[in-house]
Amino acid sequence: MLDDFLVRAALAGVGTALATGALGCFVVWRRMAYFGDAMAHAALMGVALSLAFSFSITLGVVIAALAMAVLFLTLTGQGQTADATLGVLAHAGLALGLVGVALVPGQRISLDAYLFGDVLNVTRADLAVIWGGAVVVGGVLWWQWSALLTTTLSADLAHAAGIDPKRQDRLITFLLAIVVAVAIKVVGALLITALLIIPAATAQRFGRTPEIMAIVSSLLGAAAAIAGLQGALIWDTPVGPSIVVAAATFFGVSMVMPRSRA
Amino acid sequence: MSLISAENVSVRYGGQTVLDRVSLSLKAGEIVTIVGPNGSGKSTLLRALIGAEAVASGKVHRADHLRIGYVPQRLHIDPTLPLTVRRFLDLPRRVKEKDAQAALETAGLGNLGARQMADLSGGQFQRVLLARAILGNPQVLMLDEATQGLDQPGSASFYRQIETVRQALGCAVLMVSHELHVVMSASDRVICLNGHVCCEGTPDVVSAAPAYRELFGTGTGGALALYRHDHDHDHDHDHDHDHAHETAN
Repeated sequence: MLDDFLVRAALAGVGTALATGALGCFVVWRRMAYFGDAMAHAALMGVALSLAFSFSITLGVVIAALAMAVLFLTLTGQGQTADATLGVLAHAGLALGLVGVALVPGQRISLDAYLFGDVLNVTRADLAVIWGGAVVVGGVLWWQWSALLTTTLSADLAHAAGIDPKRQDRLITFLLAIVVAVAIKVVGALLITALLIIPAATAQRFGRTPEIMAIVSSLLGAAAAIAGLQGALIWDTPVGPSIVVAAATFFGVSMVMPRSRA
Repeated sequence: MSLISAENVSVRYGGQTVLDRVSLSLKAGEIVTIVGPNGSGKSTLLRALIGAEAVASGKVHRADHLRIGYVPQRLHIDPTLPLTVRRFLDLPRRVKEKDAQAALETAGLGNLGARQMADLSGGQFQRVLLARAILGNPQVLMLDEATQGLDQPGSASFYRQIETVRQALGCAVLMVSHELHVVMSASDRVICLNGHVCCEGTPDVVSAAPAYRELFGTGTGGALALYRHDHDHDHDHDHDHDHAHETAN
């Protein structure tokens, strides 16, 4: 079954969307969309690094995304606003990545795969990384759900309950880095944030509780992955952007439906 | 033996000293109120006591495994986060249905577990925060200006609820307020704070103290005193609807 490239592509898309759908709820609740974007753009630097020193791209992406998060905390600690800092880091990261890849000696590689995803060329090893990452993200969210939710509501409530909110913040950052590494092959660095934000923003209109919203968001993401892949085959369009278009279509439809949290 | 105490605690923001060598201690079952003008460090002190604020010098002691029920000054719930009252009561730990129901009743609320937090009135919202805080059977209940946004009868009724809660749980209460007249009568001890502890004692001792009068008597003049008199009768107002007005503070 895994010999079929379409099956592999579908599995890769669904695995990614399940992880981004659930984690994306926290990104939306905590208003970290731009932060996620900066981490995703930094992924390209990770790609450049791993090509230059020939180690695993997944590892390179995780390291670059985490380095971006650390840099962000350092800079905002020195009096820069979060908004401006993210603006600087997201684009500097992307540009550095593009320049870095061009400087790597040897044959020129096409960056399209990393910018927009290349899900039709997903290998079994890629699938293992994607589903492994998705299981880690899902497992950590499950295990820390209440503490993460309490921290999201209020750092003071967390403190009073004996939860260290800084630790929870680091956990979210870490999970984001994993998700970026997982999603880069599917939708590419430029569109990862879309998979985090759009399904969650759609689901928030219908869930009664945070848990229902997270599940709905994951399912919507998975549905968008399948629909996007189908659409790409029918109309011969790039798969990553097609998945995002499908997710955005769901969002658009949800906006004309009555909101129901009852 | 004190449950929680601060010993010469100082807190600084940048170069500014917000709390200057503040000491206080809370014994089991006591009701202590911290009063002081805006910016006097009341909330900072409470946050230092729960460990949310790093102290520049001095020490905070908490009894081992102290159970704290904390009612924040304000809780902003992002509009994208769906949260029923019942689900909120499950944070940070899941509670039994029976206990959740009992907490809602103790906090003076009926059965509104299925309601969204965003749809509650100001008074209901504060009571839900109170219900959540008492669910862990706390040894200390801490309230940070918990009546902000409520009108005078609303906050009077909220404070009466706190007395009921304390009788039911036997916990100590540490609260912060600038609404002296409502709070003081219920307190065993009042601490008047303005960066440092200005004065401390039973409610009558503090209200008669020159330091307290200097902070609250002059400046606000007779107007505030008159306003208080006008409003200290009780409408027994239970707030099923939202009030559009805001309190001036």
